[in-house]
Amino acid sequence: MDRGNDRLSLTTDAGAADQDVGRGMRAHSATRVLVGPAAAWGLAVGVPLLFLGVFFAWPVVSLVARGFVTDGALDLGGFGEVLGRPRTWRLVGLTLGQATLGTALSVLLGLPLAYTLYRRSFPGRTLLRGLVTVPFVLPTVVVGVAFRTLFVHSGLLGAWGLEESLAGIVVALVFFNVSVVVRTVGGLWERLDPRAEQAAAALGASPWRVLRTVTLPSLGPAIASAASVVFLFCATAFGVVLVLGGVRFGTIETEIWVRTTQFLDLRSASVLSVLQLVVVTLALFVSGRARARREAALSLVSDVSAARPLRWTPADALVLLVSLAIVGGLMVLPLAGLVARSFRGPTGEWGLSNYVALGTTGERNALVVTVWEALGNSVRTALWATLIAVVVGGLVALVVSRRPRAHGARRAVALLDAAFMLPLGVSAVTVGFGFFVTLDRPLGIPFDLRTSGALVPIAQAVVAVPLVVRTVLPVLRAVDPRLREVAAVLGSAPGRVLRTVDVPLAARSLGLAVGFAFAVSLGEFGATSFLARPDAATLPVVIFRLIGRPGAENYGMALAASVVLAALTASVMMLAERLRGDRAGEEL
Amino acid sequence: MTTTPAAFEAARRRARASAMRLASRAARPTAAGLALVLTLAACSSGDQGETGTEADASPSGTVTLVTHDSFALSDGLLAAFEEESGLTVETVAAGDAGTLVNQLVLTKDAPLGDVVYGIDNTFASRAIDAGVLQPYTPEGWADRDVPEQLGDGALTPVDLGDVCVNADTAWFESNGLALPVTLEDLAKPEYKDLLVVENPATSSPGLAFLLATIGAFGEDGFEEYWTSLAGNGVKVVDSWEDAYYVDFSGAEGGTRPLVLSYATSPAFTVTEDGSATTTTALLDTCFRQVEYAGVLAGTDDEAGAQALVDFLLSADVQADVPGSMYMYPADNSIELPAEWTQFAPLAPAPFTVDPADVSANRDEWIDRWTAATIG
Repeated sequence: MDRGNDRLSLTTDAGAADQDVGRGMRAHSATRVLVGPAAAWGLAVGVPLLFLGVFFAWPVVSLVARGFVTDGALDLGGFGEVLGRPRTWRLVGLTLGQATLGTALSVLLGLPLAYTLYRRSFPGRTLLRGLVTVPFVLPTVVVGVAFRTLFVHSGLLGAWGLEESLAGIVVALVFFNVSVVVRTVGGLWERLDPRAEQAAAALGASPWRVLRTVTLPSLGPAIASAASVVFLFCATAFGVVLVLGGVRFGTIETEIWVRTTQFLDLRSASVLSVLQLVVVTLALFVSGRARARREAALSLVSDVSAARPLRWTPADALVLLVSLAIVGGLMVLPLAGLVARSFRGPTGEWGLSNYVALGTTGERNALVVTVWEALGNSVRTALWATLIAVVVGGLVALVVSRRPRAHGARRAVALLDAAFMLPLGVSAVTVGFGFFVTLDRPLGIPFDLRTSGALVPIAQAVVAVPLVVRTVLPVLRAVDPRLREVAAVLGSAPGRVLRTVDVPLAARSLGLAVGFAFAVSLGEFGATSFLARPDAATLPVVIFRLIGRPGAENYGMALAASVVLAALTASVMMLAERLRGDRAGEEL
Repeated sequence: MTTTPAAFEAARRRARASAMRLASRAARPTAAGLALVLTLAACSSGDQGETGTEADASPSGTVTLVTHDSFALSDGLLAAFEEESGLTVETVAAGDAGTLVNQLVLTKDAPLGDVVYGIDNTFASRAIDAGVLQPYTPEGWADRDVPEQLGDGALTPVDLGDVCVNADTAWFESNGLALPVTLEDLAKPEYKDLLVVENPATSSPGLAFLLATIGAFGEDGFEEYWTSLAGNGVKVVDSWEDAYYVDFSGAEGGTRPLVLSYATSPAFTVTEDGSATTTTALLDTCFRQVEYAGVLAGTDDEAGAQALVDFLLSADVQADVPGSMYMYPADNSIELPAEWTQFAPLAPAPFTVDPADVSANRDEWIDRWTAATIG
């Protein structure tokens, strides 16, 4: 299918280029891209593939393979055994059910928030944008305790019967993931040229009709992008399900965790991992189809935000009210108790004693390092992880954003896109344990990576790369190819086209991607918990240890440390937005 | 995925070989990847030295201690050992006790380090049976007042502690109810809906308590006991912090005055003047957890590894265990802090189950427990 024919271009330029001329130009630039910097493209594909292969595919395949070998012989009997259990299918059902509900609700609640925070400007907007990201990085163990405190019989929401219920799990999943929708969709919405909407409105369309026929279709790729990421996060959610689901609820992910870390039953765990992979691949396929139908060149404004000040119209008031209700009910309510408790000392008095105690190793030496030292470790690790994720993820997004003319090449690009989403859909336990069985000699290099601290940022980057790709890609794909063609026709070398067309437009989303990668890395616990060395523990690991010890002081410190983690994340996100605001539109 | 280990190993070698070929042929892409790996390797502190190739060489170089996430010693203790022995000790934490053992089993062919500390008696047999340990008995072991070694010297006890039901004494006083004493008491109607415990499938104290009931009622009687507990409204949650901080009335304001925790937990609820504690451990409901250290099979520095095990059992470290790790030292002759004897005494006669039985039956017991308790 030649995109020249079915392109849903929202460009409102009066003199849109003639389609045939456009196609001719594209052919011209494609040839140049192929012949000239073939090596550069090879590098852009090779580096990410090597990274994914060594730090994801090889470990996962190695571990899963062990589950299918009994006494030195191939044994696929585990499939019949595990698939024959009614419990397995109940777990699959619950996994799909909670992930679907969690995703649908996250999108539904995320859209009004994205509108308010990215299409309207008002005092305090930057702060609110930062705050919305906070849940995303809070340690699940802390959030689990915060939600359960609300849900138990004596709790504030005790009467709602959310304890050990599917609804309780879904609420927490939405809490964690709504920011993914807000950020991903908001990032595109903010730069969507408002003139198409204005034109529709001028031609007499009602606001609802404008939203339905102009705005939402344009946002389609970003929504599909966000939804697929959220679905993967929900499908592989572990701590939330374990804590809020109690002993009655479980998913494929929690079962893999129990089978691997507690029972060392790799036979069952491997079958479940394959099952998880199938579920995830199907989900990616479906969302990929949805994206492919929607993705199109959009008219984006790079230098000015399309947001306009909030006005006191009924529509604006409604959207604002809905947004405040979402933020209040979903985020403030569970976190208020947590924040309040962090300001109460061991004997119940108000004060900063928990924060003062962050300079210590806790009541009765609960920790090896102080919380501030752990914070330093977290930031250092996150910087490395972000660097890796942005380089690898940026390259993937760049490659995937191109649409080669050859059918096979287009297939390969789509496959590359899907492959880099998989780390979100595969159990952290499988990846982590896979590291242990493979990375004693990575690529045959005699360096035991498993026990060196270097593996921590790498493991975090593996999880952050898909987010970088999904954040940058919709923007790169939305770049009207004619811009590149025009630049090429005017004599720009491919490198210069990249520098003057793609980079300035993508730069803003790159800021967002940096923020996301940093946040993911700061909050990552699953893989970090068994890779981080005790003397280099990160903040989430330290919080987990503090809350795992008795003592009012340790508990208070755990909450104070969570507040610090939240504040740090919010600041980083706000900073990332500020940086990209200044740079946009420049030649980099 | 559909390969035998031999074929798989061959495939892995081929993959490695082709990766190397790739590196030399198309230098740029892979070189960049390798540079990434190496840069990161360089930015990590410490150096993985290839030392001590001779087993009888005097200890020198780096010894890696693989442990769970609760390992800690007072400042300077480890440094003094390093100075004295000429060794450099690196610690690697591998998650909780269960995760630790499973990782050791999976990495048997390429051990993560030289010494392990933190395998407990509920997971010990799995490690011993898998052959990840190399027997070593410290000098003069027979003369010391310590628990037995396991697996013919494979595992040497370092510290111990009890998992017991804890009670919120203030709650019982204000409700005019006597404290329960035995496991049987917990199933009596006057204690209905008062107890919260942890799931043995996901929590280490949960598993210990299941074993306590198996020790008390036998392999044939524990299900009946748990059915009666379930009938009496026992609440099961997935982790210790959930039980203790959300449901237990003696910590952060839950509603249940009985919680499954540790014998040492009451020392954390001592009143401000230090004269009393607001919670107490029911010492007739306990299971004893013993934590062990051992030399990992395949260590390239046997002498250094043995020196590190000796160090963990030295009087200095044993005396440091209560303060640093909040466990009892394995060495019974070590004097305990006064506060411990007052607020955190050990159970006089905890329930026990043979580690070999635990290893053989754990999964089945947990399945039977699930059926009896959750249905």
